[in-house]
Amino acid sequence: MEKRVRFRSTWLPWLLLAPQLAVIGTFFFWPASQAVLQSVQQQDAFGLSTEWVGLANFQRLFADPLYVESFTTTALFSALVAVAGISISLLLAQFADRVVRGAMVYKTLLIWPYAVAPAVAGVLWTFMFSPGVGVVAWGLRELGWDWNHLLNGRQAMALIVMAAVWKQISYNFLFFLAGLQSIPKSLIEAAAIDGAGPWRRFWTIQFPLLSPTTFFLLVINVVYAFFDTFAIVDAATQGGPGKDTAILVYKVYYDGFKALDSGGSAAQSVVLMVIVIALTVVQFRYVERRVNY
Amino acid sequence: MIERRPALTVLSHLVLVLGVLIVAFPIYLTFIASTHTAQDIVQAPMSLWPGGHALDNYWAALTGTGEGGGSNAPVGRMMLVSLVCALVITVGKITISLLSAFAVVYFRFPLRGLCFWAIFVTLMLPVEVRIGPTYQVVADLGLLNTYAGLTVPLIASATATFLFRQFFLTVPDELVEASRIDGAGPMRFFIDTLVPLSATSIAALFVIQFIYGWNQYLWPLLATTSEDMYPVVIGIKRMIAGGDAAVGWNLVMATAILAMLPPALVVILMQKWFVKGLVDTEK
Repeated sequence: MEKRVRFRSTWLPWLLLAPQLAVIGTFFFWPASQAVLQSVQQQDAFGLSTEWVGLANFQRLFADPLYVESFTTTALFSALVAVAGISISLLLAQFADRVVRGAMVYKTLLIWPYAVAPAVAGVLWTFMFSPGVGVVAWGLRELGWDWNHLLNGRQAMALIVMAAVWKQISYNFLFFLAGLQSIPKSLIEAAAIDGAGPWRRFWTIQFPLLSPTTFFLLVINVVYAFFDTFAIVDAATQGGPGKDTAILVYKVYYDGFKALDSGGSAAQSVVLMVIVIALTVVQFRYVERRVNY
Repeated sequence: MIERRPALTVLSHLVLVLGVLIVAFPIYLTFIASTHTAQDIVQAPMSLWPGGHALDNYWAALTGTGEGGGSNAPVGRMMLVSLVCALVITVGKITISLLSAFAVVYFRFPLRGLCFWAIFVTLMLPVEVRIGPTYQVVADLGLLNTYAGLTVPLIASATATFLFRQFFLTVPDELVEASRIDGAGPMRFFIDTLVPLSATSIAALFVIQFIYGWNQYLWPLLATTSEDMYPVVIGIKRMIAGGDAAVGWNLVMATAILAMLPPALVVILMQKWFVKGLVDTEK
């Protein structure tokens, strides 16, 4: 889309663009190109000399069982976060759409976890499930279920999934509610006259018509689980026990800033960039095509 | 409503109330913990009713006079750092984006397509995937432990530019022609017509970006090493670093409540703009 009427000036547009270009140049393009450059270089232990190593960093990366494991961990984590987050919010949105009285109240009460910082969410859930002082951990122990996410990798994964889903429900809920409210009432009324009950109407009308929203949220949730959950992981489990919850972003941080392996960390950054770009492309293609039946 | 089904309506309310309770439970627990002494909390299970130490705890957390095992930096100072950062990120992003969207939409100049494309690409890569090199740039510029280092790298993203571009494209051309006839130049048109028209988008973006800025974690973790430049979100994480028993959970929880208060207030008080902002920025 283009504007028909424009202003004429040779220098003004550049002046207007200057701040934005300066910022993205310094803090986006330069670092991104450095990441690509470092990923094909190797520094010695003291950072004194760098050597061109080609794709060796990548080969080392994918030969590293820990890195491959981190991939599986991340895949499992994002699948759990996306599926759990989407189903719970769809359920809540569906009921909120039905309710006439108090709908606004429910909405207000459900959306504010969006404001809670991921790191704070991580701390809250650690506190609830802390083996020593946590109320929920205590309750589980009373029920005969020994909870200790500091020792048990599965429980640690469950903990960060719960914290991540809890924070994301509000976002999904808002989009589903908006999607449900935009479905024409006449369709649903027609189905009701034909004798379809609420359950049937949901699966044959509302759910298919929501598919663009669902697909969009699927991509957003995967991106969220990949990147925005770093703070939750760092606050709740620090990637432990062992490496059981070390998702990819956490590993980039750990290898680059704790283990000081700049080449390996840069190679991981590049792999992540490729993943994000792929996800974005998928999102744009499908959102334009509108998943629908 | 399509048909009268009392049982289903009751079920709806039941599920929603249950959902609200589950969503609220962690916060309730946090609040309760912030009103007890550290000893009361350690004796599991802690009471589920408010205790009588709320004021002491919040005061101790704000001034940094508590006796926890981890860090004891005053939360008041951290809240200030967070507030400054969130505001600088928000205002900076909105200003820069308004200007560049105006340039891209209302002017024709060589390399316009390239500029547009360059801004577009930044949408794809969050700061998390390029932390290492970005950190080096900021360190080389000597910006570690400064407000500039904490905020400017986070301004480098194009969500807002796109939002404004979309909006500018819907502004009728007649407005430009009218202001031209009145003898107004481009900047005059921008300040007197375009910015006031964008008020709604600016408000929506303000809410989203404020929350984004306030909740930043990974970047401040790297860009700050001195205690008086920690945003409150980092401060909380450092308070629990001492291990399970040594943590003064009452102060940690008081800090958590303080840390989530400003963004939660923004969401609740500006709910309409918040929803609009969420929907718009993801298009």
